[in-house]
Amino acid sequence: MRPEVALPVLLPLLSGAISLLFWRSRPVQRFLGVGGNLALLVVSLWLFVGVMEEGYITLEMGGWPAPFGIVLVADALSAVMVLMTAIIGLLMGIYSLATTGRGHEKFGYYPLMHLLLAGVAGAFLTGDIFNLYVWFEVMLVASFALMILGGERAQMEGAIKYVTLNLLASIIFLTAVGLTYGTVGTLNMADIALRLDAAEHSGMVEVLAVMYMVAFGIKAAAFPLFFWLPASYHTPPVAVSALFAALLTKVGVYSLFRVFTLVFDQSMEYLQDIMLWAAAITMVTGVLGAAAQFEFRRILSFHIVSQIGYMLLGLALYTPLAIAGGVFAVLHNMVVKTNLFLISGITHRLLGTYQLKKMGGLYRERPWLAVAFFFSAFSLAGIPPLSGFFAKFVIVRAGIEAEAYVVTGIALAVGFMTLYSMVKLWNEVFWKTLPEDNQVPENVTPGGDDGRLIKPSLGMMYFPVMMLAAATLMIGIFAEPIMQTMNLVGDQLLAPEHYIEAVLGVTPGNEAEWIDQVTAPQEGAQREGGAP
Amino acid sequence: MEPLMAVAIGILYATAIFMMLRRSIVKLVIGLMLLSNAANLLIFTTAGMTRGAPPLIPEGMSAPAGNVADPLPQAVVLTAIVIAFSVLAFAVVLIRRAYEVVKADDLDKMKETDT
Repeated sequence: MRPEVALPVLLPLLSGAISLLFWRSRPVQRFLGVGGNLALLVVSLWLFVGVMEEGYITLEMGGWPAPFGIVLVADALSAVMVLMTAIIGLLMGIYSLATTGRGHEKFGYYPLMHLLLAGVAGAFLTGDIFNLYVWFEVMLVASFALMILGGERAQMEGAIKYVTLNLLASIIFLTAVGLTYGTVGTLNMADIALRLDAAEHSGMVEVLAVMYMVAFGIKAAAFPLFFWLPASYHTPPVAVSALFAALLTKVGVYSLFRVFTLVFDQSMEYLQDIMLWAAAITMVTGVLGAAAQFEFRRILSFHIVSQIGYMLLGLALYTPLAIAGGVFAVLHNMVVKTNLFLISGITHRLLGTYQLKKMGGLYRERPWLAVAFFFSAFSLAGIPPLSGFFAKFVIVRAGIEAEAYVVTGIALAVGFMTLYSMVKLWNEVFWKTLPEDNQVPENVTPGGDDGRLIKPSLGMMYFPVMMLAAATLMIGIFAEPIMQTMNLVGDQLLAPEHYIEAVLGVTPGNEAEWIDQVTAPQEGAQREGGAP
Repeated sequence: MEPLMAVAIGILYATAIFMMLRRSIVKLVIGLMLLSNAANLLIFTTAGMTRGAPPLIPEGMSAPAGNVADPLPQAVVLTAIVIAFSVLAFAVVLIRRAYEVVKADDLDKMKETDT
């Protein structure tokens, strides 16, 4: 019995349920928004330390043995992602205290936030492909409701695109799950991997691999399936934008990493080129889209797409170092991108707009905010010694080692383009003098996103920003221990037999024997028709 | 039975995609509805159809005797139906709100957030 594997899922669900019970009590909901997420951080750390010591921790739900019941598996990748989710969740809980207006709180902002975190953590920890779909949906339903919180016109328009494309992706995923079950007769990911390796390589397997790639590609906002993201991410309240930017696309990226290293590892031979070019074009389109924008959050949304390209590049190169770099990029992006969105929220509070043309002069008015922005923005562009430099450095080095020179060159060029966008933001928001018709008020009125008065103000907004800015600097300075963890992730992902052994207890070499053993007692229950 | 189901599922998918490509948001939601039904039916069918043999284990035995239906896809499809239903309920509310705000049942009038 290892409770720490299930607790990162159960705690947010519990906080969400309690928040729902205290629907009318603002203090309780706000307390849980911070306290519940703090507890989540504690159990995530517990899980992380455990995984670093043992490598894999599994928990069979309901006591059903592995291939029959649902199993939760924490390996290094899951543990890192859950830990990052918890950190972001806690900081967002604090930030929300100052930015979420009463109107939004009344319509269940905090319960939805907890539900979203539960879905994300569940997706990171599950070892069952259908269960992964269920957690995806938990996360999506919560995100749908958060997206339209406030009900403005832009939100409705953005939400229709967001909902449609994400549902389409979910249904492609669900179809693929159904066909997987029809092909191999199991839903446990480790078991699917074993059976696909043992079975003859048929066309069906390739079709399945591509279906998963498309489904998770939409969720991760990879080219050419990213259009829902820039159309919707700049519309909800800023805390929601930041939460989405930190977590949602990363779940798609995580699923790609998980499925294509564990289950469809042999399909990578021919998918590798497709993925490599998808990654390269994702980077380029994202950064070019951002160059054309003059709205703070739209620029940032396009940069999410661009950064997804780096993560996919890590997977597509498919060497331990590249995968380590890809996961490093995920981690770095969660810190930096969240922070940029949070800063856009503060500048909006100060200047009342997201339009770059109407902004300016903040370097003089709020120097510390400018410093925090400087660190985050230049980390995103990959300037040493910040976290982005090391993420990019590892991926580029892996690319050169794999002799993928063109794609690596594109990755470097996109770094320059990112720098251009970030310099544009710096010039427009912080450096240039403020246009005459818009002045920084002496005392900022504390208002939420819906403009209604809330009490604690800028201090609550500054705290997460400063923490994340410090984090990006620290990740850069102490890159060595983090890189060791990432190397462990890379090694684990490219040796799926250990994952399978941890889940099913099959030692490498005995797979065929094990499959016979598990199938034998069920002979009476064999299916009549259907695929073999 | 399976070939018939396969054809029915194919028609459902095709109809759903066609509906989703229309401009009206109501038809978009109908498309989503059909799409999730198609996926559910697909899961239900993939494991093969077995008539009149529920997966019950007779008393005193540890495994069911003879050929029985596979219970797992039915459990899975039940979950999927519930999820599809809840998401659909959300989508219906969403298009109603969107209609109230935009005052048009036309996706081409919803380009404000595009770039």
